[in-house]
Amino acid sequence: MLIRFENVTKRFGSFIAVDNVSLDIAVGEFFSLLGPSGCGKTTLLRMLAGLETPSAGRILIDGVDMAGVPPNRRPVNMVFQSYAVFPHMTVADNVAYGLKIDRVPRAERDSRVAEALALVKLDDFAHRRPDQLSGGQRQRVALARALVKRPKVLLLDEPLSALDAKLRDAMRGELAAIQREVGVTFVMVTHDQDEALAMASRCALMNRGTLQQVASPGDLYEFPANRFVADFIGTINLFEGTLAVDETDHAIVRTPALDAPVYLGHGVTGATGAQVWVGIRPEKITMTPADAPRPAGPAAMPHANRTPGTIMTSAYLGAVTLYDIHTSGGTLIKVTAPNGTRSASPALPAGTQVWLHWEPDAPVMLLG
Amino acid sequence: MRLFARKPGEAGPLDYAGRWSLRSWVAVVLVFQYLPLASLVLFSFNNSKRTIRWEGFTFDWYGRLASDDALIGAFANSLTIAAISTVFSVLLGTMAAIALWRFRFPGKGVFDSVITLPIVVPEICMGVAMLVFFGTVAPWPRDLVWPLDLGAITIAHITFSFPFVTVVVRARLASFNREMEEAARDLGASELRAMRDVLLPHLRPALIAGALLAFASSLDDFVITFFTAGPNTVTFPVKIYSMVRFSVTPEVNAASTVLMAITIALTLVGMKMQGTDIASTESP
Repeated sequence: MLIRFENVTKRFGSFIAVDNVSLDIAVGEFFSLLGPSGCGKTTLLRMLAGLETPSAGRILIDGVDMAGVPPNRRPVNMVFQSYAVFPHMTVADNVAYGLKIDRVPRAERDSRVAEALALVKLDDFAHRRPDQLSGGQRQRVALARALVKRPKVLLLDEPLSALDAKLRDAMRGELAAIQREVGVTFVMVTHDQDEALAMASRCALMNRGTLQQVASPGDLYEFPANRFVADFIGTINLFEGTLAVDETDHAIVRTPALDAPVYLGHGVTGATGAQVWVGIRPEKITMTPADAPRPAGPAAMPHANRTPGTIMTSAYLGAVTLYDIHTSGGTLIKVTAPNGTRSASPALPAGTQVWLHWEPDAPVMLLG
Repeated sequence: MRLFARKPGEAGPLDYAGRWSLRSWVAVVLVFQYLPLASLVLFSFNNSKRTIRWEGFTFDWYGRLASDDALIGAFANSLTIAAISTVFSVLLGTMAAIALWRFRFPGKGVFDSVITLPIVVPEICMGVAMLVFFGTVAPWPRDLVWPLDLGAITIAHITFSFPFVTVVVRARLASFNREMEEAARDLGASELRAMRDVLLPHLRPALIAGALLAFASSLDDFVITFFTAGPNTVTFPVKIYSMVRFSVTPEVNAASTVLMAITIALTLVGMKMQGTDIASTESP
């Protein structure tokens, strides 16, 4: 393991910013620390950089305990949220700064600076001053300045948050490409789940100082560990219910929110009769008109996984249309319908009676 | 019909310069502020012993200044005191500002409120305090060689100058992005080096402004200096005062004009240095 957090806790006075976090990050990963603001992700990153000291626990980088190692002696470099490009130096001087401190000989320094600037496509801007650069260009300077030191780990604190939407999308792909090219381990803090899902090979979702789940983006979305994860990543319809049946090949949850039971096509870990939650994502629910033949549920339980409802509101989002549907029981369910053809695009009007149904594989059961 | 219709030529809501009331106000201010100074300068060129009637243009009074050894000595004293007290004021003031901005320590609140005291305490009180202090509490040794004999005055000047530096530097520190310093640390700089490479360049305009304030306030201080100066340690303003006590001659005008010219020149230099600097040190 390249990075290892062992039971790391950080307190600021009586506030616990990071609460007993243990986490391993391997060489070459693009790892993302994700979570709402104040969840402790930035504190975790700053402890890795040496800018904060853990109140308890150990942090190891490449097997070396970082306790007492000041930020200037750690094999990590950081891209700061404000980029922190030195305003009184040219772009090239900014990038060369770390190498000058390390007393890298002039010739090698020049070639490494040129190489780093080429990597971030700023070759033509070497002699510009930061105030002549756009926000995106300044970010590239910060990136080149950190990468030129060839760190074992590159830390990125909300790297895209200060950019406008179009540039952010472009930089997402570019950052991921740069990571592949240089092969350095990236640890990125973000509150933006799209950013984390799109770029990271693995994510840690945090809330209130604790790790909620560490998984690949796909697993985080499809196999959330708890309600917080399910709710934070994407949109999900959550229903409270009771676990009625739990067999090796299926499970059934009864919920007062829906008329029909929810049938899951796999066994779950939970005691029968336990209080559980069922989550179904909007895109995994199919909507058919009420006057069409009633959709059949799973073969083993034909009346499960379906409910009648009435469209309350709709929002046309281009690629999909988002519907809010009221069931007869008064539950609100969010459904997205893909706009596969142009003629299908106009949203169904409010008041339309529909059937909602889903596959046994669609719902996910959560214990907490 | 236009909602905010107005006659052509009439001043708009924000057209302050176009209103006669404001124009005359500005005129009055300019007259009372600069007419006395202008007449001071003008009569320093007057070819007459009297300062009330214009008798013709001359440089004589400046020539007489240049040959007045006592005045030249006072001038040298003033410049020396100002230079030394500026260096120490900038050092002390900047250190105090950084300490208050950066660190938490016991007694910080008291230190914070007491540090600007020399600015608000009436000058006459400061003068008397310095007189008592250097007269009885900690007498400055007499008959030292120049410029050591200026020590008491210099210390007094540092005392009232360095709070100005602190105030200016603190204001500038507020706009410093701490991530800059962290970035320097992250890139390998020690704490001191990060301060030198990143914090000091950011503070440069404030250091220049603070140094100017310290220099100017030292150069033109009369009250406090008057109480601390001995017979052999006369400064330029104190010397002018003693000249005025005999009679207001054009020589006094000339001396005052020189002092004023130096102050203005320094301010212009400082503004120029800041002007070229601020643009490049502004945080993003």
